[in-house]
Amino acid sequence: MIAAAEAMTTADRSDTNWDRNPILTVENLTMRFGGLVAIDNLSFNVGRGDITALIGPNGAGKTTVFNCVTGFYKPTEGRIVMRHGPGHQDEGVAAVTASSNKWGQTAEGAVYLLERMPDVEISQKAKVARTFQNIRLFSGMTALENLLVAQHNTLMVASSYTVGGLLGLPGYRRAHAEAIDKAAYWLERVDLIDRADDPAGDLPYGAQRRLEIARAMCTQPHLLCLDEPAAGLNPRESSALNDLIQYIRADHGVSVLLIEHDMGVVMEISDHIVVLDYGVKISDGDAQFVRTDPRVIAAYLGVDDEEIEEKPEIASLVVEALGEEAATEAGIAADGAPPPEAIAAQADSAAGLADAKAHPGTRPAGLDGAREGGPDRLTRINGIGPVNEKKLNGLGIWHFDQIGAWKKKEVEWVGSYLSFPGRIEREDWVGQAKVLARAAGKAKTTRKGKQGGGQ
Amino acid sequence: MEYFVQQLINGLTLGSIYGLIAIGYTMVYGIIGMINFAHGDIFMISSFIALAVFLILTSVLGFAFLPVVLLIVLLVAMLFTSAWGWTVERLAYRPLRGSFRLAPLITAIGMSILLQNFVRVTQGARVKPLPPQIQGGIPLMDGMTDAGPIVVQISYMQLIIIVTTVVLMTVFSLIIAKTSLGRAQRACEQDRKMAALLGVNVDRTISLTFVMGAALAAVAGLMFLLLYGVIDFYIGFLAGVKAFTAAVLGGIGSLPGAMLGGLLIGLIEVFWAGYFSVEYKDVAAFSILAIVLIFLPSGLLGKPEVEKV
Amino acid sequence: MTNTADTRIADSIRDAFIAALLVAVLGFFFLALRTDIAPGGLALSTRWGLWFTAIAIVFAVRLLLNLFVYRAPAGAPKPESGIGKMAHRLSGYSTVFGYVMFALAAALPFIVMALFPVQQRQYIDLAILIMTYIMLGWGLNVVVGFAGLLDLGYVAFYALGAYSFGLLAFYFDIGFWVALPLAGLLAAMWGIVLGFPVLRLRGDYFAIVTLAFGEIIRVVLINWSDFTGGPRGVSGIPKPTFFGLDFTRGEGGFADFFGLEFSTIHRFVYLYYIIFILAIITYFVTARLRQLPVGRAWEALREDDIACRSLGINIRNTKLTAFAISAMFGGFAGSFFATRQGYISPESFTFIESAIILAIVVLGGLGSQIGIVIASIVMIGGMEMLRNLGFLTQIFGPDFDPVQYRMLIFGLAMVLIMVWKPRGLVSTREPSAVLKEKKKIGADLIGQGEGHKA
Repeated sequence: MIAAAEAMTTADRSDTNWDRNPILTVENLTMRFGGLVAIDNLSFNVGRGDITALIGPNGAGKTTVFNCVTGFYKPTEGRIVMRHGPGHQDEGVAAVTASSNKWGQTAEGAVYLLERMPDVEISQKAKVARTFQNIRLFSGMTALENLLVAQHNTLMVASSYTVGGLLGLPGYRRAHAEAIDKAAYWLERVDLIDRADDPAGDLPYGAQRRLEIARAMCTQPHLLCLDEPAAGLNPRESSALNDLIQYIRADHGVSVLLIEHDMGVVMEISDHIVVLDYGVKISDGDAQFVRTDPRVIAAYLGVDDEEIEEKPEIASLVVEALGEEAATEAGIAADGAPPPEAIAAQADSAAGLADAKAHPGTRPAGLDGAREGGPDRLTRINGIGPVNEKKLNGLGIWHFDQIGAWKKKEVEWVGSYLSFPGRIEREDWVGQAKVLARAAGKAKTTRKGKQGGGQ
Repeated sequence: MEYFVQQLINGLTLGSIYGLIAIGYTMVYGIIGMINFAHGDIFMISSFIALAVFLILTSVLGFAFLPVVLLIVLLVAMLFTSAWGWTVERLAYRPLRGSFRLAPLITAIGMSILLQNFVRVTQGARVKPLPPQIQGGIPLMDGMTDAGPIVVQISYMQLIIIVTTVVLMTVFSLIIAKTSLGRAQRACEQDRKMAALLGVNVDRTISLTFVMGAALAAVAGLMFLLLYGVIDFYIGFLAGVKAFTAAVLGGIGSLPGAMLGGLLIGLIEVFWAGYFSVEYKDVAAFSILAIVLIFLPSGLLGKPEVEKV
Repeated sequence: MTNTADTRIADSIRDAFIAALLVAVLGFFFLALRTDIAPGGLALSTRWGLWFTAIAIVFAVRLLLNLFVYRAPAGAPKPESGIGKMAHRLSGYSTVFGYVMFALAAALPFIVMALFPVQQRQYIDLAILIMTYIMLGWGLNVVVGFAGLLDLGYVAFYALGAYSFGLLAFYFDIGFWVALPLAGLLAAMWGIVLGFPVLRLRGDYFAIVTLAFGEIIRVVLINWSDFTGGPRGVSGIPKPTFFGLDFTRGEGGFADFFGLEFSTIHRFVYLYYIIFILAIITYFVTARLRQLPVGRAWEALREDDIACRSLGINIRNTKLTAFAISAMFGGFAGSFFATRQGYISPESFTFIESAIILAIVVLGGLGSQIGIVIASIVMIGGMEMLRNLGFLTQIFGPDFDPVQYRMLIFGLAMVLIMVWKPRGLVSTREPSAVLKEKKKIGADLIGQGEGHKA
């Protein structure tokens, strides 16, 4: 198992920074909660000095990955390697893995196996800092105090574990002054120096986000993990955040791993993007690669209509990926009632999936047009978004009962055609369709019956 | 063997009483997430009410037919104790709802002290002995122990306690499972704000929870009075802590858990006293409380809590 | 206009009537009836007068409250009154207030001796008692106020301190000044031993386990008769000496050495200064700790333990230090208690004692050291004052014993004050470090301790 993982890392080394010089390597990470598999066999690298983004639809398992990396969850399986010092340090990693140690010194620096370490040590020794999706500041303490708490371990040593501090030894006083200076420096950086003595809970939302990043930076991390730092920020704050993240990377040499929904932020500042969907990695590369990856597009298109409408960033991604026309016609950016065949054709061509024979399984039989009474709203099936609906219409699939009649082979073919194998089964489109078909049939008869009774 | 069986019966009887009190803790904790520290004293109050009603019926009004007397005592005690439970919630806890969460626990402790001393001042500090009212029992087996011959029997009193407990447990489980009150309770447990938005009368539901808890404590109070025949103003504290232990052991928030926990605590206490030392039986109960909380915080039948980051 | 006034009066009467009815129902079996042991078993006696009086009083009070106090329209800001306002204003000038209090406390025995020569002993004794509770409050405040852990078994450490000294004196003939640090250390050690398993518990569960530990220690003290003297306790605990001088009459005593006329009051004054200095040490150490990294970590833990973990703060050790330091001060106070009483028994260390100390901390305002002083004076002083209400027997008859009502009133006060001011008297927090300007932090922002997130 270990040898295999190692062979993989050594064999498969392309020319990207994250593969050449990773600060963090996540290998075969699996996290199960009871029967639920939140992350399934996930592997990726975070490059030293890179800004790496972890993206994916809601519930894709991004925060779970963070919690595994920072030690809040113990992963069910897998290895998470954090490196101080350049390169892969393969020998060191192998040696520590084979031993029962949590970490070990190497010629280049040190390696840490985060899955073996408790959260406290991950921050203290492995130097991984994090922020939280729902801000976790010490709201009853001032901004300054928040940053002093973050320097706890340094100050504890300086206060000779409280004894020296209690006696007021000069060594501690100096360390205390330095800690305040450092806090002031970061407050200046995040533009909160004027509010240093205000309680953190009184600060506006955007300021709290920045303060949390400053607090994480006060632990002197090598890797900074930011969980949705731009959530809830206005465009101005969001762009200030971009500058801050880039500043942290450039001037402090800190690598950044961030979860983000705001595609503007992601595409602008990330060197490397990892895309998750249902706990599985579906794409991994730079912004250019990810933005044109059909699997990413499919994953984002699978989300519900409302979500696309609510999240302009996803819409913009769709627009970018499909081309403006197709997206418009799919009803994402603007409303319209285009002929469905045209859209399906366009969607096909845009995604490069026109060749129907290239897929395994059997193409399901389609109808030339919807039956009397018009097509069913396929988007009522959980997992089918407007674009997929159009694509299915393009195949001649108009009604729930058609989907309900799919067998394994058809499912396989459609899955491949829509380029998200496995998802149709997972979301049980067929089952959903059967239920909806039955309900639709019932509704029709009762409506008729009632009408009859009325007359 | 015979000694063991006898202790088993005694333990189940005591455990039934603890279980009845534990339900009050578990329901209140489930719905508003606080330890109703005064619940043990509600139990104590109920035993005094039961005693007074019993004396009124027997020595003042001269009723002699025991089953009817006990039934009336039970009903009256349940009714009046419910009023106490309702009042405690209304005066001490409701004003603090939504306040910071230490506050209700502190008021609960204050309420506990208040109730104890109210009874002490109004009824005197001395114990009130009541001669055994129900005597006799069903002999189950004969045997010999080191100390001499022993007849294992289940007394009528024990039988009454166990049967009443089982019946009440069933009734209350049905109430929780089937009625709209039970549904409202479960909704409030899940999310009080949402329940209120959906038209559940949260205040009323919480009040009724306290009333139900108090009514069950009244049953336990009468049983305790009849079984031990001695009550004083301080019985609520120990019984309360042990019943709370039972609720935690069974998994707080779970009704069958509370009953199961009560039985276990009763058994442990009786066996500890029977086989080891009477003096340290309370230490045994407290130690179990500590051990369960430390190693099995969600109890035997409770749902595990997942830490949200 | 009159119409609304009429309905208001009608509503008030109806409300008062309901309240009176409730009292009638609740009080029937307790006020109107009383069971007592009589020759032939139990006897019932009736006290209709008491019952009716209670109902009438509740009706009248409720009606008056409805008409004259509760009539402020809903939503209007409630005027802050009485002690709360005073406490807030005092905390506003906390440094000045602190100095005044300190000077007053330092000179207290002499002020008392000058003003109340007749009752000087009683008053100094009361001052000693209050000072003991202030010290205990400051000690417990470390765990409850700073670290946000609700400790319901603090009395265990008080008892351990007292018994450490009592037993050391009994078996090894060790004097107060040697035993004092030992008692503190032993209590701190026990704090760590007991704290270790329970510190992973959260919120209410932590509270109930500490309560259990407090009770376990008491039950052990009662039952381990061979070692602890059981329910009889330990007696003949030596009084503290003044650099080797005893406070005895005759040669070699304190009075003799300094050429003073012998008076028992010397010993009381001396005891007062011992507890005064111990309390002041407690104050300075805990106040200083709050400004050190460990103290800030305690408060951070109270605010958000998960964030603490993400910052590399070892939660277990941080909690343990809080627990141990708090226990140590409890131990000091305990051994002072032993030497003051000269006699200790498990009776003195019941759960009520924990509840009183906790009430002082919470009513003072969690984390506020000045609040604890005010709360101790109000609660302990108030409770002891009840002993002096002998004149009430003239109103309620010779059977009236005000001491009986102490705990009743204490419980009632606890409930009322919590309902009135859930955050305590001084609820603001002072930052532990300042960059430019010190600002107070409002109660609504301050965390409530672990596992207490609403």
